[in-house]
Amino acid sequence: MVTYLLKRLLLMIPTLLGVALLVFFMLRVLPGDIVEIKLSADGAVVSQQALEAERARLGLDKPLAAQLGDWLVGLTTGDLGRSMWTNRPVYDEIATRLPLTFQVALMATVIAVFVALPMGTLSALYRGSWLDYTLRIVTMAGLAVPSFWLGMLVIMMLLLWFDWLPPLGYKPFWEDPIANISLLIWPALVIGIRYSAVVARMMRSSIIEVMQEDYIRTARAKGLFERVVVARHAMRNAMLPTITVVGLEFAFLLGGLVVTEQVFNLNGIGRLFVQAAANNDFTLIQGIVMLIALIFVMINLLIDVLYALLDPRIRFQ
Amino acid sequence: MADISSPTTKVVDAPRRQRGQIMLFVTTQPMGSAGLIVIMIMMIAGIFAESVAPHDPVTMNYMAMLAPPTLEHPFGTDAYGRDVLSRIIYGARTALVIGLVSSFLGSSVGALIGVASAYFGGKTDMAIQRLIDILLSFPIIILAMVMVAILGRNLWLGIDINLVLAIAIPIIPKVARVTRSAALSIRELPYIDAARTAGFSHARIVLRHMLPNVMAPYLILLTAFIAQAILLEASLSFLGLGVTEPTPAWGLMLSGNNADFYREAPWLVLFPGLAISLAVFAFNLFGDSLRDFLDPKFKA
Amino acid sequence: MTIDSQNLYRAETGPLVEQSEPLLSVENLNVEFVTSRGTLRAVEGVSYKVWPGEIVALVGESGCGKSVSSLAIMGLLPKPAGRVTAGRILFEGQNLLDLSDAQMREHRGRDVSMIFQEPMTSLNPVLTIGVQIMEPLLTHLNMTVQEARGRALELLRLVGITDPERRLNQYPHQFSGGMRQRVMIAIGLSCNPKLIIADEPTTALDVTIQAQILELMRDLSRQLNIALIIITHNLGIVARYADRVNVMYAGRQIEQARAGALFGRPLHPYTLSLLSSVPRLDQRRDHKLATIEGSPPNLLDPPLGCRFAPRCPFRIQQCNEEPPLVEVEPGCRSACWRSRELLRGDLALKPQPAIPDHDAAEEVDVAPHIVVRNLHKHFKVSSGGFLRSATSLVRAVDGVSFEIGPGETLGLVGESGCGKSTVGRILLGLEEPTEGDILFNGAPLPLGSRRSARDARRAIQVIFQDPYASLNPRMTIGQIIAEPLLVYRLEPNRAAAAARVTELLRHVGLFDYMSERYPHELSGGQRQRAGIARALAMQPDVIVCDEPVSALDVSIQGQIINLLEDLQQRLGLTYLFVAHDLAVVRHISTRVAVMYLGRIVEVAKRDELYANPQHPYTRALLDAAPIPDPAIEKSRKPRALTGELPSPLNQVPGCVFHTRCPLASAACREVVPELRELSPGHRAACIKV
Repeated sequence: MVTYLLKRLLLMIPTLLGVALLVFFMLRVLPGDIVEIKLSADGAVVSQQALEAERARLGLDKPLAAQLGDWLVGLTTGDLGRSMWTNRPVYDEIATRLPLTFQVALMATVIAVFVALPMGTLSALYRGSWLDYTLRIVTMAGLAVPSFWLGMLVIMMLLLWFDWLPPLGYKPFWEDPIANISLLIWPALVIGIRYSAVVARMMRSSIIEVMQEDYIRTARAKGLFERVVVARHAMRNAMLPTITVVGLEFAFLLGGLVVTEQVFNLNGIGRLFVQAAANNDFTLIQGIVMLIALIFVMINLLIDVLYALLDPRIRFQ
Repeated sequence: MADISSPTTKVVDAPRRQRGQIMLFVTTQPMGSAGLIVIMIMMIAGIFAESVAPHDPVTMNYMAMLAPPTLEHPFGTDAYGRDVLSRIIYGARTALVIGLVSSFLGSSVGALIGVASAYFGGKTDMAIQRLIDILLSFPIIILAMVMVAILGRNLWLGIDINLVLAIAIPIIPKVARVTRSAALSIRELPYIDAARTAGFSHARIVLRHMLPNVMAPYLILLTAFIAQAILLEASLSFLGLGVTEPTPAWGLMLSGNNADFYREAPWLVLFPGLAISLAVFAFNLFGDSLRDFLDPKFKA
Repeated sequence: MTIDSQNLYRAETGPLVEQSEPLLSVENLNVEFVTSRGTLRAVEGVSYKVWPGEIVALVGESGCGKSVSSLAIMGLLPKPAGRVTAGRILFEGQNLLDLSDAQMREHRGRDVSMIFQEPMTSLNPVLTIGVQIMEPLLTHLNMTVQEARGRALELLRLVGITDPERRLNQYPHQFSGGMRQRVMIAIGLSCNPKLIIADEPTTALDVTIQAQILELMRDLSRQLNIALIIITHNLGIVARYADRVNVMYAGRQIEQARAGALFGRPLHPYTLSLLSSVPRLDQRRDHKLATIEGSPPNLLDPPLGCRFAPRCPFRIQQCNEEPPLVEVEPGCRSACWRSRELLRGDLALKPQPAIPDHDAAEEVDVAPHIVVRNLHKHFKVSSGGFLRSATSLVRAVDGVSFEIGPGETLGLVGESGCGKSTVGRILLGLEEPTEGDILFNGAPLPLGSRRSARDARRAIQVIFQDPYASLNPRMTIGQIIAEPLLVYRLEPNRAAAAARVTELLRHVGLFDYMSERYPHELSGGQRQRAGIARALAMQPDVIVCDEPVSALDVSIQGQIINLLEDLQQRLGLTYLFVAHDLAVVRHISTRVAVMYLGRIVEVAKRDELYANPQHPYTRALLDAAPIPDPAIEKSRKPRALTGELPSPLNQVPGCVFHTRCPLASAACREVVPELRELSPGHRAACIKV
């Protein structure tokens, strides 16, 4: 078990290194000089000196190997360079916005898990009934509705029906819990709807699959109560693939937040990334990409731990 | 229940007469058929937008700014007095072209990479799979945005080719992963062994015996990713990173200052979003039913 | 385990209790399944009785309704598709079909328990064995956890699992297939049920393990006076273990009798044909197998009248009406209009043509077609160590040598994992050997998948086990057979190829029009024939038959075996026949090689090997395989090989069989025995013979 986890931990390194190399080379090998793209995107005619100055500022005038060395060493020390747009350290830009985004993601996960698990299970157990059909259509609608539009609908509804808008400006939870929650609950809800649709579908299909297993028939042949068959024998096995989906979707939440933060005017990582992309702020882009990769591998590690706890076949490997 | 599953339950895997196939799909998959009907309506609207749309989608009309829904403008008008219904109909064209082309491109390249990776195995496979691992650790919208930032714009016949690429590229690793595992399991089947025993060439084994049997997962993925691509295009356009004015696009209709009219003109928010949702819903419905139809495991 | 002699001998006499109340009485049971293609009448009018403590067999081929009827007793028919439409199931006088779901639940696992076919998947992988054994005790008997644990330990000892304290806390994946089936038996026994239903309990297990499990079940049934319903397709198991037998065909019950009577004088043509179509372990092969032509009817659209009539050699006009199951003589019922003629012995199957004895021809000293010398195949298996992933070596094939003469059939037998299929795959070029070489017609055969190797190998073709997966589902039968003809220009043009396809289809007993069909449109037996036609299209000299009949129903097996024999004679083919079924191997082979853990332990001419087995493993295998004749079974001593196959990851020093061998001594643990010639052509690898 311990060796298993240590091994998983070590396996994170090549993935992160791979992402780092990919990001590095993508921005340097692809046609076009990022500095030129960046500066000319601002509209002005760029002088050669300005280009050179900008290159020197970003360290792009050094040989490729040296740049790579700087980039990799910087990664291990948290030095991700400076934003090409604001000139502030990328690390600071990210760190100031991370708490907000993280809180929304956490709230969305709680909502998703509490909505999706019962929904998926019910749908599976009453497979083919009107309940199943209704729940399936609801989840499929949850997948189809774009989250930015859902966010707009929420704002519109609050405005037209309650003549109320979420407070402007973000306050940390410990400073002003009410303002904090009344601001963040809406994006969490919007993100959570799509999230729970994905998880509910997974839960449904894995329960259906597990219920056809031979060991469920064995459990019934023993004369166990149906609720025991479902809770002890089916749910635990069905949780395994569902946990993977919950984890991966959590790691991918930033995808949804990119647009949702925009709608709710939240100053989080997603919005930062949109700004970076719109401004061709490549240093910031690579910083955020590294952050996403880090979150992804951490979540995968967490999934592995949960798997090992739930599945003896892995625990006793 | 080995007892009642007669050999005939395995028929789903094989081709049948086409008309019978379609009839069988319609009768066994009512929800998927409903999705298919919506898709066809959208396609007709998109293709014949010129004759279907009541107004020109780009002509501004300052006399009718922010007009609420009337008979003349069933879905109202926007801040420039453009007819929202007409813009939605033309928007269907944009969404479908980008959705279909990028999904087809991404799925086909992905399937090819997946099958090749499975067939060649060894170091090639290892290298490709590690790269795919890395790409799969990002939400597709993030990858698409990075692509947009790197590629810039490249208009060709009114379509932003680089936007299509930016949407297609994140699809590639997902499809490659699935088709690879499908191809790997087919490679282990006795009929492939039989072909190898007969001494057939690698090309014949891949093209004649493996590829046709990967078609089912390929088709399922293709439809699923059309929905994803439409959603992705809408999101990018909404963020100002996708289709640009004056081209009518659903996501674009919800972006920028159009969103400032919550109180004055809710129809501006309502209808384009409904169009996106309906289109994605229809493709998802169809894709899901197609999977149930083609994959015997999900058969009742 | 000790069983008092009185119980042991009841097997011979059978319970003399028919006067008393039956424990279970199934009366006119009808079960339907609603499917997307219509209503499938899986069971129609089945009636039988089970008395306390006796063993009743339900026999039939797949799809005959034997499992479905037993699931109905348990109230476990899949919902909502399956339902009982008529009949009664009386258990101790109470109709189980009248019970509510809640009452039925109380009944399951307490009065009646069930053991299923697949031990590998029938236990929940995430719960300990202890929890799974204790569950019914806690549910039905209101035991405390402490009591239940004590009982669970007792049960594990009862089913022969050593070190129960430790085993109780382990998970299913830490048990072998045979051990898991023992755990299933322990669960079944936990609440002291009156009846246990065992649905193909040993079909997924190797023959030596099968014998262990069945002996255990019989002994426990006798010892604890538990009635046992064994559902099986294996007539040998019926003959060895059952007191009474019910034969089912296409959803109906067609014969019911005491085991002795049924095997002695079957009163239904189906039973009669089935018994004569099974190859026998204990008989010389002098005739072809009797076959039952055709295949069982589709139950969505069954024929009127007698279901067996279309395949029956004794069919008469009256068979268009459904024959009732009537008592022909005391205790024997048959559903056939001509059962009285069968009883009088007026009807008999046509005698099968004799087969010329290969042995005579073999005396002539001809150069062998194939020579395999010192073949090794080792697989590296990573066993997940830390940092440096530890790899262990699995010696799938470990120094195998044999020869096959032209026109000969070498049978390669052994249990799963013995390496027999790997030998076949190396011969076919599907695996590259680690060491060793193969001579084909005196010249070394290039190995591996290079172009030249593949060309050289065209003369060696293959027939696979699984008729569903061995044909490309996207090609028609005609395209599949024509493919090599066109690729290698064996025929000048498409028309000639089409004509050749027709000819090949006829060779293997299929019809011309089937070339247009896709594989899924054919039955299992027809698919296997198509697979044979594909192999023949390459005009091979040698065919590797990898378990070619083990996935087929008994009535179809005989057809395929006869076809293979016909083709061999007609085309002068040489076969390497890889199989686990000793009786099938005896029937088709000229010589037989027995494999165990990657080595050949004994090789001899067919009749010599079966009449005079030398290696203790061969003897154990022959002992373990039941013979479909209760008279013979009674005279055989029940002796099952103990122990299980060692893990292939741990290399066994010395003789690979010493861990299970009854003769093993200290020397066996050290010396690797060579194949020694005991008599001309008979070689065994054992230092004790």
